[in-house]
Amino acid sequence: MVSQLTMNERRWAMGILIALSLIGLTMLGAGRGDAFGVHGAIVAAAAIAMIFVVISGYFAPEPGEERLTRYYDDPSKAGIVISMVWAMLGLFVGDWVAWLLAYPNLTFDAPWSSLGRIRPVHTTSIIFGFGGNALIATSFHVLQRTTRARLPDQLSPWFVLLGYNLFCVIAVTGYLMGVTQSKEYAEAEWYADIWLVVVWVTYFAIYLRTLARRKEPHIYVANWYYMAFILAVAMLHIVNNLAVPISLGHAKSYSLFSGVQDAMTQWWYGHNAVAFFLTAGFLGMLYYYLPKRAGRPIFSYRLSIISFWGITFIYMWAGSHHLHYTALPQWVQTLGMTFSVMLLVPSWASAGNALMTLNGAWHKVRDDATLRFMMVAAIFYGLSTFEGSFMAIRPVNALSHYTDWTIGHVHAGAMGWVALITFGSIYAVVPWLWKREAMYSARLIELHFWLALSGTLIYVFAMWNSGITQGLMWRTYNESGTLAYSFVDSLVAMYPYYIARAIGGLLFFLGAIVGFYNIWMTIRTAPAEARASEPDAPALSGARVQPGE
Amino acid sequence: MAIGQRDPHTGHMTTGHEWNGITELNSPVPRVIFFFLGAAFLYSLVYWVLMPAWPIGVTYTKGLLGANQNLALAKSMKEAAAARETWARHIETASYDEILADNSAMQTVRQTGRALFGDNCAACHGQDAKGGKGYPNLAQAPWLWGGTPDEIARTIQFGINADHPDTRVSQMPAFGRDQMLSRPDILDAAAYVETLSGTAPAGEAERARAAKGKEIFAANCAACHGEDGKGKHDMGAPDLTDRFWINGGGPQAILDTLNNGHQGHMPAWDGRLTPLDRKILTLYILDLRAERK
Repeated sequence: MVSQLTMNERRWAMGILIALSLIGLTMLGAGRGDAFGVHGAIVAAAAIAMIFVVISGYFAPEPGEERLTRYYDDPSKAGIVISMVWAMLGLFVGDWVAWLLAYPNLTFDAPWSSLGRIRPVHTTSIIFGFGGNALIATSFHVLQRTTRARLPDQLSPWFVLLGYNLFCVIAVTGYLMGVTQSKEYAEAEWYADIWLVVVWVTYFAIYLRTLARRKEPHIYVANWYYMAFILAVAMLHIVNNLAVPISLGHAKSYSLFSGVQDAMTQWWYGHNAVAFFLTAGFLGMLYYYLPKRAGRPIFSYRLSIISFWGITFIYMWAGSHHLHYTALPQWVQTLGMTFSVMLLVPSWASAGNALMTLNGAWHKVRDDATLRFMMVAAIFYGLSTFEGSFMAIRPVNALSHYTDWTIGHVHAGAMGWVALITFGSIYAVVPWLWKREAMYSARLIELHFWLALSGTLIYVFAMWNSGITQGLMWRTYNESGTLAYSFVDSLVAMYPYYIARAIGGLLFFLGAIVGFYNIWMTIRTAPAEARASEPDAPALSGARVQPGE
Repeated sequence: MAIGQRDPHTGHMTTGHEWNGITELNSPVPRVIFFFLGAAFLYSLVYWVLMPAWPIGVTYTKGLLGANQNLALAKSMKEAAAARETWARHIETASYDEILADNSAMQTVRQTGRALFGDNCAACHGQDAKGGKGYPNLAQAPWLWGGTPDEIARTIQFGINADHPDTRVSQMPAFGRDQMLSRPDILDAAAYVETLSGTAPAGEAERARAAKGKEIFAANCAACHGEDGKGKHDMGAPDLTDRFWINGGGPQAILDTLNNGHQGHMPAWDGRLTPLDRKILTLYILDLRAERK
């Protein structure tokens, strides 16, 4: 890793790490007796450990000019492995939470293991740990291939990848200590949020710097989506996390917003996190790996344009559908609802574009579980966007809101769409990155596929049943005109579904373990002969690629 | 400008762009997309015209239907209350005995009380009202504070050791922890308390201890629990002679109680539940006990 850096980059790395360790030590000093100090210790430990890594390779010979004739894939490789590690953690904790809801004693009487703390560990590990790392890893891979330009330098991709993971670690360890902003999917406190802004801006800069040096006349669709993902997430993250810390030595902060404005800002963020993190980013993945794996041209360039601008424009309005029948003014709810309905068209256009791309390659879908992962992901994308638009309609929302139906909807998207497209893309990219003939075992991919699909279906069906049962029980009146069921009655009714959901989650988790094993064994097998048929190198004609350019 | 090629499978031309082997067809957007885009927009347009929708400065378009969710909520709450009025007025005004004797009113109490009890009381007293360790059994056990409707209603309204000024107050002192009694005295008292609920002492030593314990009981416990150990309603002191134990019976639990004392807590529902709801709960509990007997 360090031997790949130029001497200049090694100096920069040392500078950044020394500064970071000083920041960590300052936090440790200022935040004694508070979680802030523990996080200072984590930052300092991480930075000092990295200083040793840099020192160990500091005097290695510099990489030669020939490095510029190859794409820079090491950060992508590391990102994929880290992503799978987060998947293990996130899926394990997720299934634990699922069992916990059926058997409440599974907290084992410890404060850190209560539902309110481990649930965000699950969501952050999956969305940001598993999903985010997979996005960063694949975006670097796709960006270089579709621009035929190498990443601009060797240092900033590592800064983004490792810095991003430092954010995830701070976030997750914080929840276990009770540190939270109480904003769903934005639980991490102010100092972690500031750090993420630094990382994220660097990420966007890598994208712009590489695109500026592209050797292709056009920018490929996947890059539109990856850029929309990076840009919109930066905007959402900064605005929703505006807060005033109670002191510079304390983890706690207060949001700049209050009351219904706070709720609206949070769901503008929350819904667009779904839109731009969990949709746009993964559509970027889909637009590269699916046609590549299928060996087919994208069904329609024009459809790509319509769906891209439809999704980016319309999604921004839809967040208020999370606040139907609340103190939010009704006109805002109307806009959220109607835009959510319109959103269905570009969403289905994207899903359709992906599925139609498979025309002429359906025999591959049948035989190749990797491509089938992507195909089923596109179907789940279509299903959950339909469901989302449907649930955004006010009278439907009156039944579905606050019930497990929402949980089922989110997991149809997260398991069926996000995780399946990620696994499909990882199975496609791992042999390419590590220069292997194929994955270690095609049968294990097949096994993973069926475990993941059955797990998702069990999960989603359980939550549909549970959610609709719940919603109906909560609104049923007896002939006296009073509630027919107590809340506990609805809990008793949900109990079998909670067990089913936990079993579905377990199958999904087992599938991911099989996947990680398969990826690990692929990395360990011997490299294949380089394929001469398909050049996998940046274009060198014209101006030479310069580091830091 | 790159030249497109014909895709043999679909017959469409490609756009001529190529990225790392990926090409795109220049196929037209399917008509159906425009149709649905138009339909979704039309739906939205109609909805915007009819409902509150777009902000204009400090106000917003009110919509032709004049819909207002706040007024709609207030109206439906009022209608629901009016529908309940037929029986609610009767339960509010009639005496407990009248209602208990009125089968149709009690039918309503059973229906409504079940969810009320489930949502407000069951967390401590259990769905079946049988309580648990630390929480009194309302369905079967004798009353701590008296079992007349008015006493039950008072407990519900003001709570026990609650933060309401009119709350009932009761405490079992920690005789051991606060060193009010010596260790041997506590063991003797515990042995005596065991005999109260009809458990015969096992051996000679226990009998002797229970005999000594009787004096200690008379001096320290009888003020609240009564000479006969049957408890006192005005103190909220439990009857020690029956088979019901709030904090567990048996030698060890009795010893723990004597050592560490107890001060149970029941919230005051005054201000949290309406007088009608509290009255329904009182009747519901009375009915529950009547059923069990």
